[in-house]
Amino acid sequence: MFKRFHPYATPMHFHRLAMRLSPWLFALSAVLFAAGLTGGLLLAPADYQQGESFRIIYLHVPSAWMSMLVYLVMAGAGGVGLIWKVKLGDIIARASAPLGASFTFLALVTGSLWGKPMWGTWWVWDARLTSELILLFLYLGYLALQSAIEDRRAAARAGAVLAIVGVVNIPIIHYSVAWWSTLHQGATVSKFDAPSMATSMLIPLLLMALAFQAYFFAVLMVRARCEILEFEQHTAWLRAEVSGDPIA
Amino acid sequence: MIPRRKRMVVIGLLVVGMGLATALILQAFNQNLMYFYSTSDTVAGKAPSGRDFRIGGLVVKGSLQREPGGLSVRFTLTDLHQAVDVRYTGILPDLFREGQGIVANGQLGRDGVFIAREVLAKHDENYMPPEVAAALALTKANAQPSRETR
Repeated sequence: MFKRFHPYATPMHFHRLAMRLSPWLFALSAVLFAAGLTGGLLLAPADYQQGESFRIIYLHVPSAWMSMLVYLVMAGAGGVGLIWKVKLGDIIARASAPLGASFTFLALVTGSLWGKPMWGTWWVWDARLTSELILLFLYLGYLALQSAIEDRRAAARAGAVLAIVGVVNIPIIHYSVAWWSTLHQGATVSKFDAPSMATSMLIPLLLMALAFQAYFFAVLMVRARCEILEFEQHTAWLRAEVSGDPIA
Repeated sequence: MIPRRKRMVVIGLLVVGMGLATALILQAFNQNLMYFYSTSDTVAGKAPSGRDFRIGGLVVKGSLQREPGGLSVRFTLTDLHQAVDVRYTGILPDLFREGQGIVANGQLGRDGVFIAREVLAKHDENYMPPEVAAALALTKANAQPSRETR
């Protein structure tokens, strides 16, 4: 089954595809950001308990979701690279790691800024906050591993194993608020009941989540192209591409 | 074909093994991963005595008493089964309200009163405009008598 995708999963095809896709993705994320921010910061009503301060949710929750989604993309791509020896998998995994680390950092910082006025503390060692911090360390470990190993193939292999082992942390982050008593509240949107959030507040949140996703994939395309340029610098197709004389 | 299948199996086993190991570790440390003890646990003596621990619950409506001329407050915490009295001196967080969930850090005194050093407010996962919250509270208040007669 995977054989059919092989021709498209070459760095050459992906390089061209990414070049075409990224401006559209950037434009899409700009539109979504404009809509989400207007909806969240101006149109949504203040919360009954937290007043205006709850609006940081429009940054905090999408970044936290992205921190987990990007990890799954990274581990998935790493796994594809490891099992099927698809070079593109290694490239995608390597390109998404710094983005995931940034989203995780953003989730932790915005959470801390939210925690101080609401809970009365910047940080507590409860299960949710601690498992999210471990996620940041997993990303940083992956990045350190990538820069420590000279040979790119070996680095990709080692990184993929680390990423796959770390996947176990993702369900822990998600269910931490249900499994243990935590200071962090339970899930609002991703549960089996209807989301416990007024629709006028929920729609901007979902728009922001989509905006973050579009932004991630847009930047991923750019980063992946940079990785391809480095990875493939000695290949004939890339030289032809750069010198502007098509071979295909 | 064969090496690829083998890699798939090895990675599958790696994921399952990690999941199993983690589940066992988390199971073993379950009690330590709890951020706070409930009031029922505290009353039942499951909470540590003689050292700090955290207690969580809802502030009983009408239980908050402020001592005149100071920052000391007394209130009762409950998990709807057992109640524990708490004494605290200091500034309470903005979200501290009667009926609200809080987590207090401190020690249980011999008289069964929890002496808190720190009080953190917990907020729930519900987000709604004030008008909706008021309407919900009204419906709940109206529904209350009928539930009692049942």
